[in-house]
Amino acid sequence: MGLITLENVSKIYGEDVKALDNISLDIKEGEWVSIMGPSGSGKSTMLNLIGCMDTPSKGVVKIDGIDISELDKKELTKVRREKIGLVFQQFHLVPYLTAVENVMVAQYYHSMAEEEEARKALERVGLGHRGNHLPKELSGGEQQRVCIARALINYPKLILADEPTGNLDKENENIVLDLFNELHDQGHTIMMVTHDPKVGQLAERQINLDHGKLKDTPQISKERGLVS
Amino acid sequence: MFLRIIRRSLTRGLKSKLLAIVAIAFGASLATAMFSVSLDIGDKINNELKSYGSNIVVEPESESLPVKVNGVDFNPITQNKDYIPEKHIPKIKMIFWRHNIVNLAPYLEANAQLSEDQRVAVVGTWFDRKIRIPTGEKFNFGVKHLKSWWEIQGDWIKNGDNKALALVGREVAEASNLKPGDELNLDFNINGQTVNKKVKVKGIIDSGGKEESKVYLPLNLLQEITGLKDKVAKVEVSALTTPVNDLARRAQENPDALSDEEFEKWYCTAYVSSITYQIEEVIPGVVAKEVRQIAQSEGVILNKIKLLMFLVTLAALISSGLGISSIMTTKVLERRQEIGLLKAIGSSNLGVIALFVTEISLLGVLGGVLGYGLGIGFASLIGQQVFGTAISVKLLVMPIILVLSIIVALLGSISPLRIALKLEPAEVLHG
Ligand SMILES: Nc1ncnc2c1ncn2[C@@H]1O[C@H](COP(=O)(O)OP(=O)(O)OP(=O)(O)O)[C@@H](O)[C@H]1O
Ligand SMILES: [Mg+2]
Repeated sequence: MGLITLENVSKIYGEDVKALDNISLDIKEGEWVSIMGPSGSGKSTMLNLIGCMDTPSKGVVKIDGIDISELDKKELTKVRREKIGLVFQQFHLVPYLTAVENVMVAQYYHSMAEEEEARKALERVGLGHRGNHLPKELSGGEQQRVCIARALINYPKLILADEPTGNLDKENENIVLDLFNELHDQGHTIMMVTHDPKVGQLAERQINLDHGKLKDTPQISKERGLVS
Repeated sequence: MFLRIIRRSLTRGLKSKLLAIVAIAFGASLATAMFSVSLDIGDKINNELKSYGSNIVVEPESESLPVKVNGVDFNPITQNKDYIPEKHIPKIKMIFWRHNIVNLAPYLEANAQLSEDQRVAVVGTWFDRKIRIPTGEKFNFGVKHLKSWWEIQGDWIKNGDNKALALVGREVAEASNLKPGDELNLDFNINGQTVNKKVKVKGIIDSGGKEESKVYLPLNLLQEITGLKDKVAKVEVSALTTPVNDLARRAQENPDALSDEEFEKWYCTAYVSSITYQIEEVIPGVVAKEVRQIAQSEGVILNKIKLLMFLVTLAALISSGLGISSIMTTKVLERRQEIGLLKAIGSSNLGVIALFVTEISLLGVLGGVLGYGLGIGFASLIGQQVFGTAISVKLLVMPIILVLSIIVALLGSISPLRIALKLEPAEVLHG
C-alpha cells in the first residue's frame, strides 16, 4: 500500500459541481507525481483533500495509513502539521515576519522553534544570507524558496505544491525545480500541480484530470532532468 | 516564538491599531472619570450629609416650643432663656451609638455693633476642640470638622485658643474691609450695658452660606463676654444613620407605643430617631431633632447624577466595544490570508485566537492607560465645573479601568474572532 490512497473519491460543491468525480489513486512513498489538467479540472481540489485542508464528499482518502475522512478539524491539522509540507502558487508568507521567522513559525506549530535549524533550511534553498529580510524585500523566486524551506523544515513525508512555479520567471522556475529535484532525490514524496507540460515531465508520473475525472492511466516519464 | 510573532505583528497596521487604542481610550476615559467622580463624590456626599449635614440639632426644651410665628419670636421667656450646659456636651459621644457620632459643635449667639450703623451676629463655638470622654478616648470636635467645606482665607483658630481671635464671614470682611491680622472692634449690649471687645481676625470664611455674614469667636470667649458661663444655645451633631423604615417612622411618632421587642430593635439600630432619643436620654432638658431633609435631597440628586454618569459611561463603553468590533473585523478580513496560512502550516484555532487575543489585550491595556490619563483630566474638569471641588483620583481606579478596557476590547472582538475561527485555509489559499 502506498503513502497516499484515494478510493472512489468525489468532491461535490453545492448541488452539482463535481470538482472530483469518483477518483481512485495510489501514490507510493518517494514518488514524484505531477497533476495536470485544464483550469477547473479539480487539481487544487485534489491537493486540498490530500493536504487535509478539505474532506471528500464521498470515498476514502488515506495518508500514511490514516483515513482522513474520519478525522475532525483538529486531527486534520495535526496530520498536516506532522506529515505534510505545503508550497503555494502565491508564496504566502506572513508579511511582518522575516524569512527565518516564517520558517520558524512552521517549527513552532510542529514542535519547537529553533533559529539555527531554520537558518540551515534557508541555506539549503540558497537564502542563508537573506534570513533577516521581510517577504516584501525578497523577489518572487526568493519568496517561493522561503516557502520551500518552510515546507521542509519539519521533514514531512509528503510535499504538496500547487503551481509552485506559476508566478515565477524561467530562471527562478529552474532554481525552484532544482530544489524539488533535490528533495525527490532525498526521498520526499512530491505532488505538484502544474500547467506546464515540461514541468510535468520532470515527475516520474503524471496524473491528468479533466472535469474531475482521471483522463488516462498514469504513465512513468522516463526523461527526468532540467527543463531549460 | 509566540512573543516574537506578537512583537512583529504589533508594528504592523499601526493606523488601525491606533484607532483601536483610541476607541478603547474613549470608553476608558469616561469610565475613569465616572469612577473617580463617583468614588470621590461618594465621600463628598457623606461630607455634604455631615455639613448640611449636622443632621441632628440639640436644643433646650423651651426652644423647641412653637413660639416663632412668621419668624417673630413669641417666646415669652427670652430673658431667662434655657441653655444647655457645655459640660454635658461630651455625653453625646457616650450614647449607645457613640461610634456613629461623627462630629459636633456647640453654638451660642449674640449681637454686636461693628460700627454705628452695622450690626452683626456673633457666634461662639468650638473650632477644633479636643475632648476627652471618660473611656479615655480623645476626639477633635468643632466647626473645622463639621463644616469641612468651609474655606478659610488665613487660619483656623486652634484648639485651646480662647484668646481674642475671630473668624469673620466673607460679607462682614468685605463690608468692613478686613483681612487676616486686622483688628475688629465689637460692641456688645449686655443687659443694657455696652461691653467692648477687640479681637484679631485670624481668618475669613467662605462657605457659600449664611455663615458669611457672621463673626465666629471661641465659645468660652463669648461666654465670658455675655456672662453665660458654661452655656450653649444649640449643638449641631453629625451622625451616620441608617435609612428610615417603617419601624423608625412609628418610633419617631411615639417610642412608647412600640412593643418591647420592636423597641429593642429600634434602639439598637442607628436610625436617626433612635440616636436623637438616646441624646435626649443622656442630657436632661434637651430636644434632639433631625434636620436632614436638605442633605437627603442633595444625596438623591447626587445619586441621580451618578446614575446618569453610569449610563453615559455604559453607552461610551458599548460604543467603544462596537468600534473595536468593526476595527477588528476589518483587521481579521485584511489578515485572512495570514490566518489561513497559519492554519495551513499547522496552527490550531486556539493558536490563531491566542495571537489575536494577546494583541487585542495589549491594545486594551494601552487604550486603558491612555483613557485613564484622559479620564483624570475629565474627572477634574467635571469636579470643577459640576461640583466646584477638586476630585482626588483613587489609585484603585487604575486596575479597574485596565481590566474594564481589556474586557471591552475582548467583547468587541468576539464576532471578528468568530470569522477568524470559521476561516478555512483552503478558502483563502486556493491556487
Ligand atoms: N469552494 C468552492 N465552491 C464551489 N465550487 C468550487 C469551490 N472550489 C472549487 N470549486 C469548483 O470546483 C472545480 C475545481 O476547482 P479547482 O480549484 O480544483 O480547479 P483547478 O484544477 O485547481 O483549476 P486552476 O487550474 O484554475 O487552479 C471548479 O469548477 C471550481 O469552480
Ligand atoms: Mg488550482
